[in-house]
Amino acid sequence: MSLKKNPMPEQEPLVRNKNFEEVALGYTAEMAIDEAKRCLNCKNKPCVSGCPVNVHIPEFIAKVAEGDFDEAYKIITSTNSLPAICGRVCPQENQCEGVCVRGIKGEPVGIGRLERFVADYHMQHGHSDGAHKKPEPNGHRVAVIGSGPAGLTCAGDLARRGYDVTIFEAFHKPGGVLVYGIPEFRLPKAIVAQEIKKLEYFGVKVVTNAVIGRAMSVDELFEEGYEAVFIGSGAGLPQFLHIPGESLLGVYSANEYLTRINLMKAYLPEYDTPLKKARRIAVVGGGNVAMDAARCAKRMGAEEVYIVYRRSMEELPARAEEVHHAMEEEIIFKLLNNPVKVVGDEKGRVCGLECVEMELGEPDESGRRRPIEKAGSNFVLDVDAVIIAIGTSPNPLIKSTTEGLETNRRGCIVADEGMATTREGVYAGGDAVTGAATVILAMGAGKTAAQSIDEYLQNK
Amino acid sequence: MLRCEFLNERDGGAQYDDRGLVMYKIVKKRVLNEAATTTEMVIEAPLVARKCKPGQFIIFRIDEQGERVPLTIADYDREAGTVTIMFQPVGQSTQMLNLLEEGDYIADFVGPLGRPTNMEGLKRVAVVGGGVGCAIAYPVAKGMHEHGIEVDMIAGFRSKDIVILEDEMRAGCTNLHLCTDDGSYGWKGFTTDKLKELIESGREYDEVVAIGPAIMMKFVCVATKPYNVKTVVSLNPIMIDGTGMCGCCRVTVDGETKFACVDGPEFDGQLVDWDELMNRNSFYKAEETEAKEHVCNLTGGVRRG
Repeated sequence: MSLKKNPMPEQEPLVRNKNFEEVALGYTAEMAIDEAKRCLNCKNKPCVSGCPVNVHIPEFIAKVAEGDFDEAYKIITSTNSLPAICGRVCPQENQCEGVCVRGIKGEPVGIGRLERFVADYHMQHGHSDGAHKKPEPNGHRVAVIGSGPAGLTCAGDLARRGYDVTIFEAFHKPGGVLVYGIPEFRLPKAIVAQEIKKLEYFGVKVVTNAVIGRAMSVDELFEEGYEAVFIGSGAGLPQFLHIPGESLLGVYSANEYLTRINLMKAYLPEYDTPLKKARRIAVVGGGNVAMDAARCAKRMGAEEVYIVYRRSMEELPARAEEVHHAMEEEIIFKLLNNPVKVVGDEKGRVCGLECVEMELGEPDESGRRRPIEKAGSNFVLDVDAVIIAIGTSPNPLIKSTTEGLETNRRGCIVADEGMATTREGVYAGGDAVTGAATVILAMGAGKTAAQSIDEYLQNK
Repeated sequence: MLRCEFLNERDGGAQYDDRGLVMYKIVKKRVLNEAATTTEMVIEAPLVARKCKPGQFIIFRIDEQGERVPLTIADYDREAGTVTIMFQPVGQSTQMLNLLEEGDYIADFVGPLGRPTNMEGLKRVAVVGGGVGCAIAYPVAKGMHEHGIEVDMIAGFRSKDIVILEDEMRAGCTNLHLCTDDGSYGWKGFTTDKLKELIESGREYDEVVAIGPAIMMKFVCVATKPYNVKTVVSLNPIMIDGTGMCGCCRVTVDGETKFACVDGPEFDGQLVDWDELMNRNSFYKAEETEAKEHVCNLTGGVRRG
């Protein structure tokens, strides 16, 4: 048995960095069966406890090994509403695959790749959505605010239990970060649309263009007859560096840049969305969002794209796979560099990013080594656009219009381990609670909340 | 998909697009002045109409390929579930909107967005509107007037042929002062001069509200500064989501970064960094010009293909 995973077929780096088609092409049935056979089917199943939504991993992999992909799909979807998405964007290396026994010697089983294969196989082979029977309606109504991963999961789990669920989405298209944030080449939007369609099969209703906190308050949702509310409103407003020049023309938040490209399709000529062509772009930050922005920038035709990050490769928070892909696509990593000023020309347009070199000192409260400026090492990076990807802070809209909904010092909604907030019948999860995190953690929270809402309404 | 009886669907008459999404009907269209520089449309949007207040805005999108464009709410009818918007057909989306007629539908219409105008504690206010900005100043003036506030409205236009909403404004305030730059109608001169004249003559205002092009709002602030009258402005930066997600609409107010969509759109004008706002608003000028030619000359507003 090979110590290595079956490699994922991918588009060539220097081809794909000029298009928006999916980077990873997916396993063939033969590859999937071969990979599935690497699973030891161990008794204590560390992978399952490593998964925020507890997918029955060895069981579904055993079915893949047998070539019974339909049964594998049923097993996955008994706990995971969005397998085609998770198979693509979960950080498996820190979760299921990170604790896989196979990984002790050699590479772990490619669990994410197998999950993706099973989900894609199911979509492509046109099997009816009837992998599960439609549930009997139980007569209870639940409102879900936000159609990102937390909201979709919560809605899906509740609908499967017979609840009448309505999702309220502020944008014109459902999907949240899955449609405005994560780029097409990592997560094709057709797949998101299909997963949402499946939820609709279970009776979930989606109302777009509905901004809760403005058009309606949480209290009004209760007045309209919803018996419980789940808030999955996302990470919120982009943070800026608060350095001079951040309002110059050509400085974007990653949210703006990615929204123009992913949701508003600035890369397709038939769309009206404008986006200035830039020759050299600096992306400030080292997370997955920074990688997405940098890789989009390359695809939009920038000659040179830099990641500017103040710590070293070791502290870089992005997934290893994203960093690897970005490097293959010729993104240039300017590590141990901290921006101090955006430089503008006489017309107020970006013409450079002044940085200072850093070195690492003693560990700080986050446990990471604290970056310290090297005095006098300032230099100007020649760029004509700057994208700031250093995180977000919570959106005040729902908090400010919902009495009794407590938030913490950072403005995130306070929720207990069952995702219950300080307001009765109101639950919350995902980035609105944790601050910016991952799709799968948001899904885990949505799942927990669905369980809690079910218990709450059954005992009410 | 996406049906929600009490929200977007009215009397079973809703129209859905090919993805099953609710569309928004244009129930009335009216050209507001001789020169046809401003159009009024009444849109069926019950979810917006049920709660919107003066000072708030909406974002519309013509169709799947369209941009998200913010427009201030000019009026609303909660009973009928309709919202009135007024716009100048200058960019691609507003020109395409202008080509639609009563009975046509647009893809998206979301709101109300932004904070409503503050009216608490005000007794007498001067509302200054410039050009099409009067379409936005008018509902604020009317809302204040209905709230029992004495409102002097100063409405300025370049010339008579672009005057809009004269009757509505007159009915919606205590005193209307209509001005034209060239004197072809009403008082000859700029709104700032009229405002100064009123203040000099002893009219005391708790607040001045200025709504219009950035340059005009900036000059109103310059005019009121010596008199130490609080001056509120309604900012119109480039915006995408309008709910506090993208950060595109950031403005510097009193040295701090604010987001017009959630913190505004109204701010204390004396604290706004006007030059920065005007510069940021010019970012897509070239694209706007190109789009204008594209819409007018090439397709007549019809989508390619």
